[in-house]
Amino acid sequence: MDDAERERAFQARIDAGETIEPGDWMPDAYRGQLIRMMSQHAHSEVVGTLPEGNWITRAPTLRRKQALLAKVQDEAGHGLYLYGAVETLGVTREELISSLLAGRAKYSNIFNYPTLSWADVGVIGWLVDGAAIVNQTTLTKCSYGPYSRTMIRICKEELFHERQGFELVAVLAAGKPAQREMAQSAVDRWWWPVLMMFGPPDDASPHSEQLLRWRVKVKSNDELRQWFVDLAVPQVHEIGLEVPDPRLEFDAKTGHWRIGPIDWDEFWRVIRGGGLCNRDRLAARRRAHEEGRWVREAAEAWAKKRPQ
Amino acid sequence: MSPPTADSQWPLWEVFVQEKAGAPHEHAGSVHAPDGELALQAARDVYARRGPIASLWVVESERIVATTTADAASFLEPGPEKLYRHSRFYSGPKARKSK
Repeated sequence: MDDAERERAFQARIDAGETIEPGDWMPDAYRGQLIRMMSQHAHSEVVGTLPEGNWITRAPTLRRKQALLAKVQDEAGHGLYLYGAVETLGVTREELISSLLAGRAKYSNIFNYPTLSWADVGVIGWLVDGAAIVNQTTLTKCSYGPYSRTMIRICKEELFHERQGFELVAVLAAGKPAQREMAQSAVDRWWWPVLMMFGPPDDASPHSEQLLRWRVKVKSNDELRQWFVDLAVPQVHEIGLEVPDPRLEFDAKTGHWRIGPIDWDEFWRVIRGGGLCNRDRLAARRRAHEEGRWVREAAEAWAKKRPQ
Repeated sequence: MSPPTADSQWPLWEVFVQEKAGAPHEHAGSVHAPDGELALQAARDVYARRGPIASLWVVESERIVATTTADAASFLEPGPEKLYRHSRFYSGPKARKSK
């Protein structure tokens, strides 16, 4: 079989709804796109622990602190599931981590924004993780077996993140004026960056078409964004807060919420390193890697002493 | 095992989780660890944070010998001609039909 034939057979398997497994033949570009997407996803989970970890010592009650600790631990764990899944594509974890630490690999843009108040912790759980769930739920149907199985596991855990975040913000929104204001200000600051999490609009997303054909992606960026908007807007209203979008309106004909224009210049600026926290996040990752060196050394020393 | 340095990648272990006694061990994912015992600890931390879990297995990934999907057709095909291996192949009075 030559490569063109192999590629046709591969596409036929995808079209038939089959799952591709690590040992199977796959086009180089398919492998490359998966490595890019999955490692970016893994890095995002780990970098995502930073804005929230920032608040663990300042959680207002023990209950909230427990939830936040468990959530941050989950996110780190999700990073591990995903790194394990990417490795099935023939890259090493060392390569993946070093390209993050060197600033070559991307992670979700959303984590380049700072968590300024306690309400931000809630909004991250509710809206940031809520948006991630929308994306990840569709990825459980993705064509690459290890990725789709990882997504199933992650989605089950993310639901707790989303719930605790919504509860946290709802409590603030029903509280004293200052608390309510804190909640509204957090929604105001995170709303647009959260909508940008789904990536550029379909007509400006160069890989989308191919990714959809390979079922590496299952829905387009705009479809996912719309799905999320329809879920989130009623939730914001339900707890008596406002969506910071003067153009927002409900389209009774289609049953969808229509949003105003997204500031894509801001998106590209932050992706290119111009966000408030880009430098801090990477510096924190590098420091954690160095400060964790003794753990790796200790585990190795311990293993060496044991009879094999 | 390759010569270890603090940044080297330890061997990969596949993790299997049994959710309750008597259930099958199902593949959950993988961890890197320098030996089996530390692999079990890492597997507990990563794949058993929410109970109940009855037991964990870890096995070095390179010890697993696997088929590929391309092999499956010739290697695993159950053979449609072997229907006699199924109970439904056999008929009898209605009262004895399996449910």
